[in-house]
Amino acid sequence: MKRIISILIENKPGALARVVGLFHQRGYNIETLNVGPVFDGSYSRMTVTTRGSEHDVEQITKQINKIIDVIKVSDLTEGDHHEYEFIMIKFKQSSKIQKILKNLNGKIHEKNKDAMVVSAWGPSSDIEVAIKAIGKVNLLEIARSGSIGLHEGTKVLKI
Amino acid sequence: MKLSGGDLLMRALKDEGVKFIFGYPGGAALHIYDSIFKQKACEHILVRHEQGATHAADGYSRATGKPGVALVTSGPGATNAITGLATAFMDSIPLVVISGQVQSHLIGTDSFQETDMIGISRPIVKHSFIVQNTKDIPRIVQEAFHIATTGRPGPVVIDIPKDKTDPSKLYEYKRAKEISLRSYQPQILPHPGQIKKACKNILSAERPVIYAGGGVILGNAHKELIALNKLIKVPVTNTLMGLGAYPANDKYFMGMLGMHGTYQANMAMHNADVIIAIGARFDDRITNTPSLFSPKARIIHIDVDPASISKIINADIPIVGQVKESIAALIKEIKRSKLKIDSDALDEWNSQISTWRAKHGLDHELYLKKNKSKMILPQVVVQELYHATNGNAWVTSDVGQHQMFVAQYYHFNKPRRWVNSGGLGTMGFGLPAAMGVKLAFPKDEVVCVTGEGSIQMCIQELSTCLQYNLPIKIININNEALGMVRQWQDMNYGGRHSASTYADSLPDFVKLTQSYGHVGLKVTKKSQLKKTLEKAFAMKDRLVFVDVYVDPNEHVYPMLVAPNGSMKDMWISKNTKV
Ligand SMILES: Cc1ncc(C[n+]2csc(CCOP(=O)(O)OP(=O)(O)O)c2C)c(N)n1
Ligand SMILES: [Mg+2]
Repeated sequence: MKRIISILIENKPGALARVVGLFHQRGYNIETLNVGPVFDGSYSRMTVTTRGSEHDVEQITKQINKIIDVIKVSDLTEGDHHEYEFIMIKFKQSSKIQKILKNLNGKIHEKNKDAMVVSAWGPSSDIEVAIKAIGKVNLLEIARSGSIGLHEGTKVLKI
Repeated sequence: MKLSGGDLLMRALKDEGVKFIFGYPGGAALHIYDSIFKQKACEHILVRHEQGATHAADGYSRATGKPGVALVTSGPGATNAITGLATAFMDSIPLVVISGQVQSHLIGTDSFQETDMIGISRPIVKHSFIVQNTKDIPRIVQEAFHIATTGRPGPVVIDIPKDKTDPSKLYEYKRAKEISLRSYQPQILPHPGQIKKACKNILSAERPVIYAGGGVILGNAHKELIALNKLIKVPVTNTLMGLGAYPANDKYFMGMLGMHGTYQANMAMHNADVIIAIGARFDDRITNTPSLFSPKARIIHIDVDPASISKIINADIPIVGQVKESIAALIKEIKRSKLKIDSDALDEWNSQISTWRAKHGLDHELYLKKNKSKMILPQVVVQELYHATNGNAWVTSDVGQHQMFVAQYYHFNKPRRWVNSGGLGTMGFGLPAAMGVKLAFPKDEVVCVTGEGSIQMCIQELSTCLQYNLPIKIININNEALGMVRQWQDMNYGGRHSASTYADSLPDFVKLTQSYGHVGLKVTKKSQLKKTLEKAFAMKDRLVFVDVYVDPNEHVYPMLVAPNGSMKDMWISKNTKV
């Protein structure tokens, strides 16, 4: 089952590598990874998506928690949550683009005779659908933010 | 007064109470070495290989409970320290390893003796620091010791670029009163609700077992463990790392469990209805096939590390907390409880264990009588050693059959006396570890029981022992083979001894020891063993290497049947499987 793990971590050199390394050491895969500074900039928030059983995820979160720089860890998929992903795509001109991105919030950033750049965001399941469909048009390149998410309601990941 | 980075480091180590630094110099560490020269608080012990430095610091820590400190230079110095770091990491030993690094502006340029120490050591340290500002050195040292020694202990690396110890740049020394890290707050007290549940389960058990590991020793909780069992009087087994946590001569002690555990300990684990696991981690050398592990037992698991709980075997009652505080809470709760343990059931259970012990236990007298070997048996060497030292020595070991024989036949009644690499199984650990122990307890008998294979992995430290006058006794159980490897080849590979023997090319250990300036003695006959050991131990101020030739055909038994076996499935001799 797909899991979205949110991590609040010290924004220090090497901290990200400790988390990424741990997934590999413990035999788990990272599907997507997003990271950026939050609050006063001394913290980073990471979002990692992975796949695993309940037992796997319990182990992953416990092991991540042991990393000294990690402040809080939470498996968003355990409860109700909001989850989105952002992508940017460069095509050779395509007429089908509107159709492909129909379930997503999109924006055209650039349109000229050789290339067209669009961005779109939505639940990662819709992003996956769009990416599959894009495979059939004149795709040049694509960049994904990886999932990010928050718990529903008042539950937060904070010190 | 303002200090250079090197002086800041030494001052910070002094304030942590560091007595010994085990190290080896080199370019990137030279400013630090100059600072060492100028101070007196910490004695530097010059080893002969950086692996020796980390193992010696590790041995010092295991024996004293204090953190061990090692210092190495960049590049090859750092990489040589890796085995020792991994060894300490696997057994949760608090070490602070300081590595010199190339100058900051050279980092990332493949400069001379540059290695990404932080990167290489990342998976085998509890935490690591790279010094970016010299003024941070005192804080980093304080944090490193705090992290290494609290919670589940472990090794910490401090990587210091050479320019951060520049003798011409001076800074104020500041030491914080207290260390508090917002991202690191290990849990100390157990959850009272969980303690209540554990108490209820223990007091309603009919076939309970205490399974105690190295965590009891690391957490200084052996007194609490003994007190707990004064109260409930149930059979106790210790892991390889836990030997000494519960006194071996106590009547409730069943011996070690696991791969080469005693018959009664493994049978008790398999048939228990409640297992009280304390500071142990259900290692694969214990459980055998996890899905077949102790089918009827409810598991109470006390550990300071939540990630150890329900990792391999699901815990019915997980208790996260310091072992000492948790056992104390459990004792209180049991005393308060109105429930009474069913003493009839318990008597029956204890007598069942006695029956198992009588049937296939490590009854040495019997074994000796039956054994027709003209050669010295390795088990007997350990037993004679026990007598020669009144069971009171600090014993370090290496890895292999000899290690298991010590675990089985040297009865440890006190914690910390048994110093061995359990988790990583590092050959070469024994001699340098013994140096660390001897420095900590110079008046006590310190023995390294080793094999002719293992001892050659850090033999160079004999030179260190001469320099610092460390009269360790080395008992080399010489079976002229990588015995444990050969045992597996006998059992699983049709006796094909691939790369496990070298009888015709072993060194003359007596001459070798002599050339290092020590005493070497050789024993080949049964009749010489006792006398030679006595002679060796009579030489109080000399390092004596006793090279004992033993029956090379001995195997270590019991041995769990693998793969697909449970804890009740054991080989108890070469041709008997139970
Ligand atoms: C550094 C290292 N390399 C390899 C091994 C694998 N190994 C485990 S026991 C053993 C044989 C050890 O031989 P010896 O020290 O003579 O002990 P014996 O088993 O003969 O008592 C080997 C090679 C190890 N544990 N450590
Ligand atoms: Mg050998």
